[in-house]
Amino acid sequence: MLSRTASDLYWMSRYLERAENLARMLEVSYSLSLMPQDGRGDGLEELALPLLITGTLDDYLERHGPLHAERMLHFFALDATNPASIYCCLQAARSNAHAVRGRITADMWENINATWLEIHGIAQQGLSRYGISRFCEWVKERSHLFRGATFGTIMRGDPYRFIRLGTFIERADNTLRLLDARYEMLGEDIDEVDGRPARSYYQWTALLRALSSFEAFAEIYRGSPGTRKVSELLLLRADVPRSLRACMDELSLMLASLPGDNGRPAQRLAAELEARLRYTSIEEVLDEGLHAWLTDFILLVRQLGQAIQSSYLEVA
Amino acid sequence: MVRTFYDEMYDASGAVRPHYQAFARWLADTPDELLAQRRREADLLFHRAGITFTLYGDDQGTERLIPFDIIPRSIPASEWRIVERGCIQRVQALNMFLADLYHDQRIIKAGIVPAEQVLANEGYQIAMQGLNLHRDLYAHIAGVDLVRDGDGSYYVLEDNLRTPSGVSYMLEDRKMMMRLFPELFAAQRVAPIDHYPNLLLDTLKSSSPLDNPNVVVLTPGRFNSAYFEHAFLSREMGVELVEGADLFVRDDKLFMRTTAGAKQVDVVYRRLDDAFLDPLAFNPDSMLGVPGLLACYRSGNVVLANAIGTGVADDKSIYPYVDDMIRFYLSEEPILKNVPTFQCRKPAELSHVLANLEHLVVKETQGSGGYGMLVGPAATKAEIEDFRARLIARPEAYIAQPTLCLSTCPTFVERGIAPRHIDLRPFVLSGKETRIVPGGLTRVALREGSLVVNSSQGGGTKDTWVVED
Repeated sequence: MLSRTASDLYWMSRYLERAENLARMLEVSYSLSLMPQDGRGDGLEELALPLLITGTLDDYLERHGPLHAERMLHFFALDATNPASIYCCLQAARSNAHAVRGRITADMWENINATWLEIHGIAQQGLSRYGISRFCEWVKERSHLFRGATFGTIMRGDPYRFIRLGTFIERADNTLRLLDARYEMLGEDIDEVDGRPARSYYQWTALLRALSSFEAFAEIYRGSPGTRKVSELLLLRADVPRSLRACMDELSLMLASLPGDNGRPAQRLAAELEARLRYTSIEEVLDEGLHAWLTDFILLVRQLGQAIQSSYLEVA
Repeated sequence: MVRTFYDEMYDASGAVRPHYQAFARWLADTPDELLAQRRREADLLFHRAGITFTLYGDDQGTERLIPFDIIPRSIPASEWRIVERGCIQRVQALNMFLADLYHDQRIIKAGIVPAEQVLANEGYQIAMQGLNLHRDLYAHIAGVDLVRDGDGSYYVLEDNLRTPSGVSYMLEDRKMMMRLFPELFAAQRVAPIDHYPNLLLDTLKSSSPLDNPNVVVLTPGRFNSAYFEHAFLSREMGVELVEGADLFVRDDKLFMRTTAGAKQVDVVYRRLDDAFLDPLAFNPDSMLGVPGLLACYRSGNVVLANAIGTGVADDKSIYPYVDDMIRFYLSEEPILKNVPTFQCRKPAELSHVLANLEHLVVKETQGSGGYGMLVGPAATKAEIEDFRARLIARPEAYIAQPTLCLSTCPTFVERGIAPRHIDLRPFVLSGKETRIVPGGLTRVALREGSLVVNSSQGGGTKDTWVVED
């Protein structure tokens, strides 16, 4: 298929996945900001975390000054002038879809176009009137619908593979970053303080819920979440669909099934990363230091993205 | 001045014409609220599907809907057969004219078309001289714009031999009608049109000497006003939609950049004007085309549909000669009428035009899209004077025609149903044989009394039915 078409499909799904991940990020921070803050301020720090993770905090401070709940939420979710906002991600996804509307099914196009038309209405109402949790739910739901329409209607050819590649590269990056950020925020990793669950309990629970992995965690570990278990679940479990391992399995599989020889660098890197996760235990990860390990892997995922870009999407 | 219009649905006494009776009964029996609801549904569906066009001169690049009217334009099959034969005859003659023009120029030597009309024409491409095309075909895809005058007879308003658009609306309008009002199609036999993309692919394949050529659609990109149509057609045909940057020329062959490396392209259905095709040969500022494409084309390694240089034959200054072309090349009498045309480059005709501007329609010979024209009876004094000055300055750039009483068709407007003027564009495909799907695109001028149907000027569309009578 055309490299430009592949590129548009890949970025369409990346942006859509990014919008969904941003909504998940927002959701966990918003719910934690409503918790008692142990005398640590008013939840503003928590609300600023999504901006910190996405590297847009400086941009916010420059434009809007000191941390302010409503301004931050608007900036992160609906600000059309912030290229990293959920609004702009959906706009970019729709714009990519528009460029390849001939290569996606009518169901997919109508779905993503309807999403774009709806967010206009939401932006007009404003986030606080629409409701923050409701908005996050809405973004997730639109993303689910699009994925369902894709899964249910598109032919299993190269276009499908590039769409999946975009989704899983973005998701792998997001899982790594979210885990890293939560780990940084954590403080002491203990189960209980004076018979009450510790702050870390809420942190981990909120993260698991945001990644729709709470049920999986409960089923596998049956206990309160801690760094070791949560990291193992989100990094190394192949059966948890938002885990790093699941993303890498999918990426390696999709890349291996693409035709042509020019993709070898990307195929090799994906296979290496997949094997590394498959044969790593969580003890090794923690011995290296979780933060160091995550930082290292974020770079590797970025390298894989660049390899896909240069192997397929800008072929001369 | 009393002007009588031919109405497609009602005869002069106000009775419903036979081929509209089934529809008229249905319309009378269907409650107004239901119709209103269905019309809103249609708007919503078109919007959701993003069936839009972009207006030039609008910096926002806003995507707009083309208004769709639910009252179809209906043509009895017996009448259609004549229109069909007429369009095919016309396009055949025009293709023969182009082949002649770029080879022996017999028609010029015979004194039928003046040499300066052709050779000095902006649409004439010297690069095409002596180049042999497969099957001698130049305009593989043509649109013939037809209108009906007060007495109901069809006239050809203009031929479109470059990159005629609108066929996607023809197909989407039908899809919409069948979705909204399936019962209408059960009650009456309407000739199907949805095989058009198949015919188009067939036509494009047969334009190449290869058995199974690699066909692509070349678009200027998503900001082009007809981008929806380009994407639609490539999707329906199952071929790649490419932009100039996706293509490159190596060793006089055309390739596209794919995820599996370079792949040769054999046929390009290009929706890009001649001037933008190859920055090396034409407009050097164009970012839309492919450097070296012309050389590759001249080597015979790729087919362009339509060919380069077809614009010389649909130019409005060539239009008056089409009847003679039909007689010259086919030895047949023209089936469809030409509108009598004054050529302003001729001094005698210019003075007649200048004296009668308020009754005439004046058009630029190279214009299209309803831009740069004067509709005398509807124009203000100032507009007429403006055109008078332009005519005197560059008479050769204009033609003039009597104002036709375009036929009307009942149409939903703000206050109920009222007659509005319409035209018809059938699409003629030339490959192994010359073919046409029944009907075409009906455009409707939504403003009361307006004769300009172009979507860029606020026109809408209607589904077009050819019904057994």
